[in-house]
This record gives sequence, structure tokens and C-alpha cells, in this order.
Amino acid sequence: MPVLDLWSMAFVFLLATFVGFQVIQNVSRLLHTPLMSLTNAISAIAVVGSIIIAGEQKSTFSMILGTVAVAASVTNIVSGFLITDRMLKMFRERRPKS
Amino acid sequence: MSPAEHLTQASYLAAAGLFILSLRWLSDPKTARRGVGAGVAGMTAAIGGTLLHPEIVSYTWIIVAFAVGTVIGVPLSRVALTAVPQRTALSHAFGGLAAGLVGTAKYSLWLHDGELTTFRIGAIGIEVILGYVTFTGSLMAAGKLMEIVPTRPMTYRGQNVVNLGLLAIAAGAGVVLLFKPEMWQLFPAVIGLSLLFGVLLIMPIGGADMPTVISLLNAYAGLSAVAMGFVLENKVLITAGALDGSSGLILSIIMCRAMNRSFTNVLFGAFGQVQTGAAATEARTVKSGTPRDAADLLENAGKVVIVPGYGMAVAQAQHRVREIYDQLTKRGIDVKFAIHPVAGRMPGHMNVLLAEAEVPYDALIEMDEINRDLPQTDVVLVVGANDVVNPAARHDSRSPIYGMPIIDADRAKFVIANKRSMNPGFAGIENELYYADNTLMVFGDAKTVLGDIVKALAGESTH
Repeated sequence: MPVLDLWSMAFVFLLATFVGFQVIQNVSRLLHTPLMSLTNAISAIAVVGSIIIAGEQKSTFSMILGTVAVAASVTNIVSGFLITDRMLKMFRERRPKS
Repeated sequence: MSPAEHLTQASYLAAAGLFILSLRWLSDPKTARRGVGAGVAGMTAAIGGTLLHPEIVSYTWIIVAFAVGTVIGVPLSRVALTAVPQRTALSHAFGGLAAGLVGTAKYSLWLHDGELTTFRIGAIGIEVILGYVTFTGSLMAAGKLMEIVPTRPMTYRGQNVVNLGLLAIAAGAGVVLLFKPEMWQLFPAVIGLSLLFGVLLIMPIGGADMPTVISLLNAYAGLSAVAMGFVLENKVLITAGALDGSSGLILSIIMCRAMNRSFTNVLFGAFGQVQTGAAATEARTVKSGTPRDAADLLENAGKVVIVPGYGMAVAQAQHRVREIYDQLTKRGIDVKFAIHPVAGRMPGHMNVLLAEAEVPYDALIEMDEINRDLPQTDVVLVVGANDVVNPAARHDSRSPIYGMPIIDADRAKFVIANKRSMNPGFAGIENELYYADNTLMVFGDAKTVLGDIVKALAGESTH
């Protein structure tokens, strides 16, 4: 790998961490449970790496591991987004007094 | 770069932007659902872009894996909200597993092709250690939350030495691999030790520490995704992993502060051991009353604060709590909820349960804010909370929870506390709030007791 790639990855990591801290500190404390299920679904973006390993079929061993990894990540994507939305739907403001 | 590759990279860039927006919209419950939409859009773009990848020769197993993941994922998203902590722990386990497996697969492929550079071994080492520790650690946490594994802390002499020793050996084996890549036999040893360390790390942790531990495992899962990004040279993975990792870290810090403890103290402190002989039990008396008495007190109050805890979740009593809220607000009484950051088994647990029971979220008030109101509050109703309202945390330096920020329930005019019996709570700590002159204890299952209070308030007979 060219040295430049390593450094540009390190920059991405640094900047994303700072953005993450800023954005997440602003998340409403009410929503910390949905926050955790949402970030969980988002980090299941790991699926993109697993897809290639499962699909390039370079060896049976790597294909099996890749396939299990895709299944694990898709589980997190599906259940993470669905349950986050289910929880967020429940947060309602005080109904106007009749 | 071929046009297809440009398209793939563009989809990753779009995904990273959408993920950041997704979290940004969580800052307010009004915009939060838009955040889910942005997350789904980002994920769809990234997966679409990846499927264009020229190295994919067959889609069969990818499709099978998507089907399996969907079949497991949909029921997991429909669990009761009281079970959300264990669902979350399980999803951290899946995240860790994916990272560990991808690292293992890449190691075997690069070993075979002779493409293992020092950088790659290092990144894979961090990825698999974090991934597999998160995997078994989260499974243990989920097991404890589901009460398949004993929830009380399991400790033995020298435990911390054994645990840290194991981690050191795993890391050491990884370092040896850096310099002697031909000793590939060490790699399975690193995996095995990491899996074992994950189990042992969570064994001594008790139920009340779960909010911190789940947050910490969340941070590990995120960091393992970052390490995977470095292995696969994939920037969207690094970005998403960093967002997940910083979220887990921030939540861990909030949880630790709310318990006045450090990370090391949570992981290596084995808090919940029963303090034998420490509590010199003086014969103290409590005032106990009936649900009717409690209803009378509540009815005549102008300002009521309800303090929910894990006991409310266990008894599934959140709907009864909402009915009390309705009965009282109907009479023009001001009712608020006091939410301690570590109430329940994960960050924000109480908010979700009360939102499910249709309590409006503007009635859910954070600890610091509600503490300002408590001296002017007529009645505090404690439902299934214990340590978070124990005044010993403020003044008794011998108490294990000394220094922990609490909800100052004792400063209200009256306190009504519901408990199943007088057994001390999780940490075996006596709660002096129950013995105070202005405290009325109502014993019994939370759901039954609160149901009877609702009936009394509604003017029905409780007999």
C-alpha cells in the first residue's frame, strides 16, 4: 500500500472521530437508547467489506467466513434501523389540553 | 479507475455524509425519525455501490446471507422494549463477530498470497482482538441480561491478574507476528485468547453496571469496525466505525460520571459483592401503608415527581405508571419524571419504556434539572429505583456508592416508595430513604401496587 493511503486513512479517522464527538454530544439525552441502536446499524456498514470477501470466492474458507460476516452485518442493519424507527415513533410531545 | 469504481467511491462518500446527518438529526425528538431515513439511504447507497465491485464473481452466497440476516433481524427488531438492552448487546456481538471473521479471512488470504505486510498484520491484529473480545463479551452481557448466565458478579482471587495476563499474552502474540509473520500458528492462539478474554472480562460485572458495560462494548464494536476499515482500506468503514466508537465512548463517560466511577473501576472493581457484616443492622422501623394511603397522598399534592428504576421494567409496570400520571394530571397536579442516567440496564432505557407507555417526552426530566425542583415537590413516588435515590451517596463516606450523583428524593415533603420487600437492593446497600420519617413504604409487586393506586385514584374500591 502506498504510504499516502495510510496517512489519508489516519486523517479520515481523526476527522470522523471529532465530527462524531461533536454530533453525538448534541444528541438529546432522551434518545440515548435509539442512538445506540442507530449507530449500531450504521457501523454494520462493515457489510461492504464482507460482501467482497464472500463474493470474490478466493478460497472456501474465506468465502464461508465472509458469508457469515455478511449475515451478521445484515442482521444488525435490518434490526437496528427497524427498532430505532419503532422506538422513535413512540416519543411524543404533551398533547394539547382539551 | 474505471467508471464503476468511481461510482462505488461516490456511493461511499454519499453514505458517509448521510450517516453524519443521520446522527445530527437525533439531537431533537422532532427530527429524529428523519435520521433513520438518512441512515437507511446511506446504507443502501453503500451496499449498491459495493455490489458493482468487479471482483465479485458470484452473488449466490451474498444473497443467501442477506436472506439469513433479514430472517434473524426482523424478529430481533420486534422484541419487547424491556428486552432492548439484551437486543443491543446481541447486536454488538454480531458487529464484533463480523469484524473478527473479516480479519481472519483477510489474514488467511494474504498469508496464502504472501501479501502480509507489517501494517496489515498490525491492523488485522487489532481488528481480530477487538472483534472477538466484543463478540464473546457482548454474548456474556446479553446472557446476563436474559438471566441465562448468573447476573450476580462472579469473582475469585487474582481475577484481574488472570484477565490482564490473558490480554497481554494475546497482544504479545500479535506483536511477535508483526516481526515473524511466518509463525502463523500464533494467529489462532490470538483468536482463542481474545474469545476467552471477552468471557472473563464480563464475568465479574453485575447488573447495575450494565449501562456502562454496554456502552463500552459499543465503543469496542465501533473501534473494531475502524480497524477493519484500515485493513480493507475502506474510508466509509473508518468513518462509520469512528462515529459508532465515539458514540460508545461518550455514553460510557456519561454512565461512569453518573456512578462516580472510572472505567477501570467498572471493569475491574467487581462492585456488586455482598458486603458481609458491613451493614450493622440496627432494628429500624419503616412506615408502611396501603395503595389507598399512597393515593390519598398523591391526590392532595400540587407537584409530584415519579422516579422510575429497573424494577419498573422487570414488573412491566410502565403502563400503570402512565395511568397514575393521567389520573393526577387530570386533577391539575403537576407530574414530572426524574430520569437518572444509569436507571435501567442501558443508557436511555427508562425514556424508551415511558415513551412506549405514551408518557409525553417533555415530562421526562434529567437528574440535574429535577434536583432543583425537588425541595418544592410535595410527593416523590419511587418505582423500582433504589441506589439512585439513596441519600447515603451524599454524606456517608463508608458507603460503596458514596459520591455517586443521586436524585434527591429525600428533599421532597413526602416520599412513597414501592418495593417487593425490605431486602436491600442490588449492591446489598441499605437505603436510609426507606427509614425516613416522611417516607411511606408500599410493599408488593410494582404492577399490582400501582394498579391498586390507580383504582383508588379513580374512586374504585381496592378490595
